[in-house]
Amino acid sequence: MTETLTATKVAVTRDDLIDFVYAEARMLDEGRFDEWLTLWATDGMYWMPLEWNQQDPILETSLLYEDQFMLRLRVERLNGARTFSQKPKSRCLHVLNRPDVDLIDNEAGRYKVVTRMIYVETRLDEQFELAITATHDLAWQDGLKITQKRVDILNCDAAFGNIQLLP
Amino acid sequence: MHYPETREAMAALVQPQQVHRDLYISPEIYRLECRHLFSNCWLYVGHDSQVPKKGDYYTTQLADQPVIMVRHTDDQVHVLYNRCPHKGTKIAIDRTGNTGKFFRCPYHAWSFKTDGCLLAIPLKKGYEGTGLDQAEAGRGMTPVGAVHNYRGFVFARMAPEGIPFDEFFGDSLSSLDNMLDRSPAGRLEVVGAPLRYMHKCNWKMLVENQTDTCHPMVAHESSAGTAVKIWESMDKPEGTPTPPAMEIIAPFMSPYEFFEKMGIRTWPNGHGHTGVHHSIHSKYSEIPGYMDSLIAAYGEEKAKAILGENRHNTVYFPNIMIKGPIQQLRNFIPLGADKTLVESWIFRLVDAPDELLARTAMYNRMINAPTSMVGHDDLEMYERAQEGLHSQGSEWVNVQRLYEEGEDFDEEAVLNGTTERQMRNQFHAWLKFMTAGMPPSTPRGKGATKEAAE
Repeated sequence: MTETLTATKVAVTRDDLIDFVYAEARMLDEGRFDEWLTLWATDGMYWMPLEWNQQDPILETSLLYEDQFMLRLRVERLNGARTFSQKPKSRCLHVLNRPDVDLIDNEAGRYKVVTRMIYVETRLDEQFELAITATHDLAWQDGLKITQKRVDILNCDAAFGNIQLLP
Repeated sequence: MHYPETREAMAALVQPQQVHRDLYISPEIYRLECRHLFSNCWLYVGHDSQVPKKGDYYTTQLADQPVIMVRHTDDQVHVLYNRCPHKGTKIAIDRTGNTGKFFRCPYHAWSFKTDGCLLAIPLKKGYEGTGLDQAEAGRGMTPVGAVHNYRGFVFARMAPEGIPFDEFFGDSLSSLDNMLDRSPAGRLEVVGAPLRYMHKCNWKMLVENQTDTCHPMVAHESSAGTAVKIWESMDKPEGTPTPPAMEIIAPFMSPYEFFEKMGIRTWPNGHGHTGVHHSIHSKYSEIPGYMDSLIAAYGEEKAKAILGENRHNTVYFPNIMIKGPIQQLRNFIPLGADKTLVESWIFRLVDAPDELLARTAMYNRMINAPTSMVGHDDLEMYERAQEGLHSQGSEWVNVQRLYEEGEDFDEEAVLNGTTERQMRNQFHAWLKFMTAGMPPSTPRGKGATKEAAE
């Protein structure tokens, strides 16, 4: 992955990374899921731990730990004709705090951005909010791509009803 | 609607082919269930691997009752009501911890041994001559009626008197045995926290759904059906292995015939399972080294017999389900007529390869998380039913698929996998344990007095 980068000179800035995180959230809020899928590295994983400070996504239960096949399934399901839990559809809104850029490594083409946000999801008469910390691990692969998005929910150990869209 | 606490009143709600909607929507029926049904049955409390050391405790709910499961100094697991006998303060509210040799109430420092016995009260002379030893408070923390630790699985019956553990479960324990025997050491251990998924519906809808084999290909078409379509449309070189996600989700789209032939077995007292002959778990890929470790532990014949069972969902009446091939236990904790907390637990097979646990954890999050595409459609159906049942369209819920005249639920039976007999079996058990302590009918005039008094 990172080999591609040595050929081209990359100079990703702090603003580029912050813009990326805002753009991703906006795609989700506007339901532009197909476009959202293009933001991912082919081996990118979306991880939402079940436990606070969870370290292992494989041998412990998580809320989500999904590869590109599963994310594509999620998106196609949201668009499907017989997706009963999405009749009517949910809407969501990400209200972002200023992202912290924790790593800019243009040599290796590796970046890390940590963003605190309030996630709001609604359907019919129900609405709920989640306080979350999103950690984006990004890599330069002819553009910025997500290699892992980790979403930590402040009350990850609480009992939830359906969380149908993507925080 | 007011229900007298009589067998007559309860029996009127359960007919052979249909049950009254009040079993799902009436807060009064829920209160009666808590007082009678959940008290008279053996309920799952937790697993003893959650309290490995003396003084370790775990707090949970048995229906509406808060309890503490704790390992006592004699190494036995005790189950106590989570209430200080003094003022009612919950003794522990963290989900797990270690209390050492005794519990100490944080309000007035009354302390109790880990079997519940009163140990000490500060300034005890204030109780001298007051008859505290005769008072209920003087007896310490109250234990539940009976506790049974079955190969690590801890069950409790809240009623002091009632059906013994072995009689309640009978041959249905073969499903728990199969799940346990899948460990070369014959032992399971809880892994991590459970998924906690809140359902705004009655607990029985979830239990019934466990053996409802006519819903997966309909309700889950959007997830399982779409998964199959995507997978078929992808460019795959010959011999591309099926990814684990597909192994798990695709069988949900199996045709009716698959589910008809997989079979359902019912046992007395409301227990039963789908997947007698095969199940959606039958075709999982082999994990290298696993069979060898089972053969080393049990011999070839028994090892093959253990993995030859692929039971789908086993319902242990009233409110848990286990999946042997997945090492999963789901606890449907009733919090109200229209509120159920679903906890989905996973277990490690001691001495088995980690790949099995990886599959178990994947299954849990893919199918049973609040973020699960499969879970979303199930919950949507339950909540629509919970709302729909309030309509005046009908007062009854139908359970008559493949009904046969004169069904005897006290006999084990194996039938077509799409029968609703297991649901009828559950209602038969519901009536039995709901009314075990009730008089047949209200003596003339007495009901009216009681109602007036209330």
